Amino acid sequence: MSERTIQVDYVARVEGEGALQVRLRDEEIEEIQLRLFEPPRFFEALLSGRRYQEAPDITARICGICPVAYQMSACHAMEKALGIRVEGPIRDLRRLLYCGEWIESHALHIHLLHLPDFLGVPDAIALAKEHPAEVKRGLELKRLGNDLMRALGGREIHPINVRVGGFYRVPSREELAPLLPRLEQAREQAEAMVRFLSGLRFPDIQEEYEFVALRHSEEYPMNEGEVVSSTGIRIPQERFEEVFEEVQVPYSNAYHVVHKGRGSYLTGPMARYALNHDRLTPRARALASEIGLGPQERNPYRSILIRAIEVLFACEESLAILRRYRPPAAAWVEPPHAIAPEVTCAITEAPRGMLYHRYRIAPDGTIVNARIVAPTTQNQKRIEDDLTQVVRAGLHLPDAELAASCERAIRNHDPCISCATHFLDFRVERLPR
Amino acid sequence: MPGKGLPRLGVFKFASCDGCQLTLLDCEEELLPLAEAVEIADFREASSTVLEGPFDISLVEGSITTLKDARRILEIRAQSKILVTIGACATSGGIQALRNFSNIEEFRRAVYAHPEYISTLSSSTPIQDHVSVDLELRGCPIDKRQLLEVLSALLRGRAPNLPTESVCAECKRQGNVCVMVGKGIPCLGPVTQSGCGALCPHFDRGCYGCFGPMETPNAPSLLHRLGELGMDRGDRMRVFRTFNAASPAFRAASESAMEDGKP
Repeated sequence: MSERTIQVDYVARVEGEGALQVRLRDEEIEEIQLRLFEPPRFFEALLSGRRYQEAPDITARICGICPVAYQMSACHAMEKALGIRVEGPIRDLRRLLYCGEWIESHALHIHLLHLPDFLGVPDAIALAKEHPAEVKRGLELKRLGNDLMRALGGREIHPINVRVGGFYRVPSREELAPLLPRLEQAREQAEAMVRFLSGLRFPDIQEEYEFVALRHSEEYPMNEGEVVSSTGIRIPQERFEEVFEEVQVPYSNAYHVVHKGRGSYLTGPMARYALNHDRLTPRARALASEIGLGPQERNPYRSILIRAIEVLFACEESLAILRRYRPPAAAWVEPPHAIAPEVTCAITEAPRGMLYHRYRIAPDGTIVNARIVAPTTQNQKRIEDDLTQVVRAGLHLPDAELAASCERAIRNHDPCISCATHFLDFRVERLPR
Repeated sequence: MPGKGLPRLGVFKFASCDGCQLTLLDCEEELLPLAEAVEIADFREASSTVLEGPFDISLVEGSITTLKDARRILEIRAQSKILVTIGACATSGGIQALRNFSNIEEFRRAVYAHPEYISTLSSSTPIQDHVSVDLELRGCPIDKRQLLEVLSALLRGRAPNLPTESVCAECKRQGNVCVMVGKGIPCLGPVTQSGCGALCPHFDRGCYGCFGPMETPNAPSLLHRLGELGMDRGDRMRVFRTFNAASPAFRAASESAMEDGKP
């Protein structure tokens, strides 16, 4: 009998602190554990006793990379309880803010975190020596995403201008005008980025994913939509907890979320794309087809292409919004009635996938309790499942190389551990021969 | 910086949202020039290359919430010539320091079904409670210009220019109309350290104190004014219990809001 352990103590180039341990016995996988060891910060607990208006700014602090997603899910949940329906230019500005976050987050992951894996370098700085123009273009796209967020939110990390009902102040057309020519240029840059990335070499792997994402009647989903899956689920957001459940595992500070009775599933860009391909802009869809992406993609390494297509989509969407924008009379919608004491929830599409918030509100507007399910908690089990295939295919490799392939497979899904803990440390135990 | 070769930079994370180290990656234009000026020895979010210390400059994000982290910061301090704390978590404990006001067991139970799986301290404490800190950058998140100012000052061997005045001073220079005087919007600007560019007032919103207390804040006077503007006791307490709740001045303000006997 032989045992072998492969271990990564700190997965690099991901957001937050995580480790991986793989234990093999007689070259069979005995255990794969993605351990998110980042210390939990107990957001659900510290929300209790706060006013409902405070939820967007407090929950934003769960994640510095996708604060807008937290602000959006919190606002939508509170607005449902208040009977507010946000329409017109305010709804458009929220979508524009979200486009900024998608562009920033995806451009960051593509260029600084993911691309080094394809070109065999440790980081984007080494990459910039070999591909200066491509890295510069990536950083310019990232900067544009940040500039969109700054124009609407005051700053890119933890924007200060979002409130329940809308914004504190809405920008004039003149304030946003300088972004138009930059977005036109960014659209060209995004197309060139997609074509460049399509020339990378991808490991030949197909996974069986259950994809889960929002789907909206007209739009590529961001702020609204039903929960749909590639196995045929179609439910309103309010039924999320009936179908998906959180399971605690002793080795991780984050829950696993599973589809009850089925198991792991995938949320995020690959799922959004597979379930909403028909909602992309014609230009984004045409380019996807030109580079050989079908209406769904099951090779996790090719998620880099889908993120790039979503960057192009977000540039196009931002252009359309900017062109039709006329400032609304009021920056926010006043609630038609006092907050209804009830349980309220909302899901929006963070760059990494569905972000669920649920709150119980007291009649005086105090939050009684809160539940937040981040994209990475949903994907954690699925990432472990991906690792199974990677480890099986790499058993002949020495430990260090196998560990490196595992880290790479984790990065395919852009995990955000600060979000999930609620960390990454990779550990493979190979029990002795 | 003295020594042979390029100064060595380390970036370390403790309990936090990652936003402050992201600020470094958000220096899109300056990132590649910066990478020429320093050797990035340990910055795990950005690079798979992890080198041993010592470090000339260490940027530390996040607060101490576990025993393991309380030990790790000692090692980082021992390896660092200059240690700079970045952001509200590292300088005052962050939003997660709200646990310092409650029972940690209740917190753990509220979030996790099996609280026995989670190891955590009952408090979230700033880095300076554990080791000596050479420089601190405030903010939730820190400001990119201030970060670049600190890095370029340290690389040139000069003292960085980091004002300790209130947000009000910055706000006046920007020519904003005072939101509190002009519109009756409650604002923590008078007691909060500047550095953000007076962002909130610029967006018709009162400052919510994310840079923490200025040097000598007059919180009692502001609390009085907040009451006049219609904030009740709970509101006045909560407004000081956010991202810098455990900083001594804001902690005292939130406690006196609860005890001042007014509604």
